[in-house]
Amino acid sequence: MKHHTAALDSNYAPEAGHSNLMKRIGLGFTRLLHGHKTFDHGIYPIEHKELTAGKPIRRLPFADELVIPLQQHKGRASVPIVKVGQEVVRGEPIAVADHFVSVPMHAPATGVIRAIGLAPTADGPKTPAIFLKVYHAASQQVLYDMEREPERMNVKDIIQAVQDAGLVGLGGGAFPSHVKMQPPAGRVIHTVLVNGCECEPYLTCDHRIMLEQTETLIRGIQIALRATRAERAIIGVEDNKLDAVSHLRARLPKHLPITVEAVQTKYPQGAEKMLISAVLDTEVPVGGLPADVGVAVFNVGTLAQMGELLPQGRGLIERVVTVSGPAVKNPGNFLVPIGTPVRFLLDQVGLKGPLGQVILGGPMMGMAVSSLDVPVTKSVSGVVALEPEDPALARRQVYPCIKCGECLQACPVSLNPSMLGELAVAREYDVMAGQYNLDQCFECGCCAFVCPSNIPLTQYFRIAKSINRDAQQRDEAKQRPH
Amino acid sequence: MSRGIEIRTSPHLKRVVTVDKIMRTVVLALLPIAAFAVWQFGLSALLLLLTTTGVAILTEAFFARVSGRGNTVSDWSVVITGLLLGLTLPPGFPLWMAAVAAFVGVALGKALFGGLGYNVMNPALVGRAFVQAAFPVAITTWTPAFAPGRFTEIIPSTLTPPFMQPIPVDDWVAGLNLDGWSGATPLAIQKFQHIETPLMDTFSGMIAGSAGETSAILILICGLWLAWQRMLDWRIPVSVMAGAVLVALPFWLLDPNIYPSPWFVLCSGGLMLGAWFMASDMVASPVTASGVILYGLFIGALTVVIRLFGGLVEGIMYAILLANALGPLISSWTQPRVYGSK
Repeated sequence: MKHHTAALDSNYAPEAGHSNLMKRIGLGFTRLLHGHKTFDHGIYPIEHKELTAGKPIRRLPFADELVIPLQQHKGRASVPIVKVGQEVVRGEPIAVADHFVSVPMHAPATGVIRAIGLAPTADGPKTPAIFLKVYHAASQQVLYDMEREPERMNVKDIIQAVQDAGLVGLGGGAFPSHVKMQPPAGRVIHTVLVNGCECEPYLTCDHRIMLEQTETLIRGIQIALRATRAERAIIGVEDNKLDAVSHLRARLPKHLPITVEAVQTKYPQGAEKMLISAVLDTEVPVGGLPADVGVAVFNVGTLAQMGELLPQGRGLIERVVTVSGPAVKNPGNFLVPIGTPVRFLLDQVGLKGPLGQVILGGPMMGMAVSSLDVPVTKSVSGVVALEPEDPALARRQVYPCIKCGECLQACPVSLNPSMLGELAVAREYDVMAGQYNLDQCFECGCCAFVCPSNIPLTQYFRIAKSINRDAQQRDEAKQRPH
Repeated sequence: MSRGIEIRTSPHLKRVVTVDKIMRTVVLALLPIAAFAVWQFGLSALLLLLTTTGVAILTEAFFARVSGRGNTVSDWSVVITGLLLGLTLPPGFPLWMAAVAAFVGVALGKALFGGLGYNVMNPALVGRAFVQAAFPVAITTWTPAFAPGRFTEIIPSTLTPPFMQPIPVDDWVAGLNLDGWSGATPLAIQKFQHIETPLMDTFSGMIAGSAGETSAILILICGLWLAWQRMLDWRIPVSVMAGAVLVALPFWLLDPNIYPSPWFVLCSGGLMLGAWFMASDMVASPVTASGVILYGLFIGALTVVIRLFGGLVEGIMYAILLANALGPLISSWTQPRVYGSK
């Protein structure tokens, strides 16, 4: 406990004191010798991964009620096809996609539909969801499957099958996977980049997936290669997981065009654009897609599920979640049914005392929840629980910007957050977007993390972007003929 | 959960280094230099540093109160201003003039612009520039280092009554019976008589000069420590020194009898103190990575140009002030190339 608090005194590894200087020098030499690739700028937060990195994935029991929001992904919400009172079997489709950029939902457990109504989400507003009362006495066998061989399917069928499986980016992006497999007209995908970086502190679910679900991961990569018609796949793994690198290398069949590349442990190495520039030494053009440079990026968790579900014709009904943080008694990695409320999850792992904050996802980009009734959705890779006295929750005095330039050295897309912050205070939102590339900001949080003046830069930029979006929508509405 | 959970926006982690910690660390790095100044010049230097620091703090507190900005002294930046100002003044500088410099520096150089973060120029140098123009005699009156009895008696000019001309120190210096004291700094001796003070003396600080600028090695050590603590952008002092050497070298190669050697340029006058502790002022320097290098080179080069060809003996102060003024322009010229753009 004591040790724990000391470790949290600084959230920044290089300043954690000189006691670990030798370790830092050692790490520096390792990097020099191995020369692992990386992107420019970025930060080195304390990882806290040791809490769960050694914990194998365990299955959790079912909660009494599962809450399945209809909007768990980017794009159009799913449309329910079940009625209240209807009994459903685990794996049965309960909502369908009504658009190309959308996915269906499947029942995560055998039970009865109790209601279709509003449920709290981490994003804030309540959104439509299906409430599923679980039959604890049922066998919970998945009856909805249809065995098939992806190796013999044509590209169109695979992409349809990926959509039917309800697969979205499980790394946190939640973008429907089948959309990424179809590059825009005129673009050719030559490389599938498999994202095993997991750069967020605390999270280790992808690490465990690479170690424990290796076979399905390799199968998923083969499916992605086939669907995108790419020539090769590269698995990018941060060098704090060298065990996963050697494990994968040892198990990859020689005849497959799949390689593993260790990249530097640096946040946000797992961001799509950062991984592309680290591994392929090329940049996604401003306003463009990875497909513009011939790349499609998939998270290891997504591909492992793809390798698991597609050959059986099943849908996505569960995912691996890291439950960790200083407030958690028994942190670990768990296979959690989609829709499990965070409250149930925390009850299962036990709490040391009162909670300070609960974050869905990692602490750098995740969302703090307002209610523990919020369910685990397809994009939730972690639940991090902090104690009330956690230094991360300390009230911090905000000073004026002293132009130290730390944020410019941290920003992975080389923006000028110092200037953007001043413009935000002056409400010059259009200048931020027009002259200072605000739209390139993907809210990784590096600038706010390093700012010695405690200026909430990331939040400023979020607000500025949404104000710009609103203004743009108003303009478009005005231009429409009445 | 009974007490309620916090809802905040990401990032939920934060590096612990804050503005006040940066400022306190810079003060800590300046303390050995201040201690050396007191050891070298005695009681007068101590009174001088106390006066500039004290008046700077009082001025900051006054303007913070008037403008309703709360307690801004607690960010420690004004302590740096006060200390730095004292270190750039001659050790026997009249205390009332030092108080004027501190007041003007903080009031005109900082509070008027809106306080910490908004000042265009380094406040300590604004104060010094003001007294350089207002009191040209006092600011070029030098007293010998390591004068006997410096810990028991005060340099006569120090206690000049307010609004009076400084008390002459010639008789007092003559009474010390020092050999070879000419009343000039190594910089002036080089400029007008083309005699270079031995490098060991300028390097170690066994020379006359402003209270805190004499020991190049001490300033270098303190600055390097600060850079190692990541509280100082090492690229600024390094490029200031590079700029100075780049301009000084060709002239020295041309005629070493007239022009100073590059190492003399680096170790004499206020260049070391200015490069490590004043040009590096975060607020007044550009924010971009390539901008700080341009800025540093400009300061170094201009300092040497003023020293060699200007009417003044020392040029670091005006070079830094001019570069401060150019800072925002340099920043806007050197905006980083955004990821994915041409």
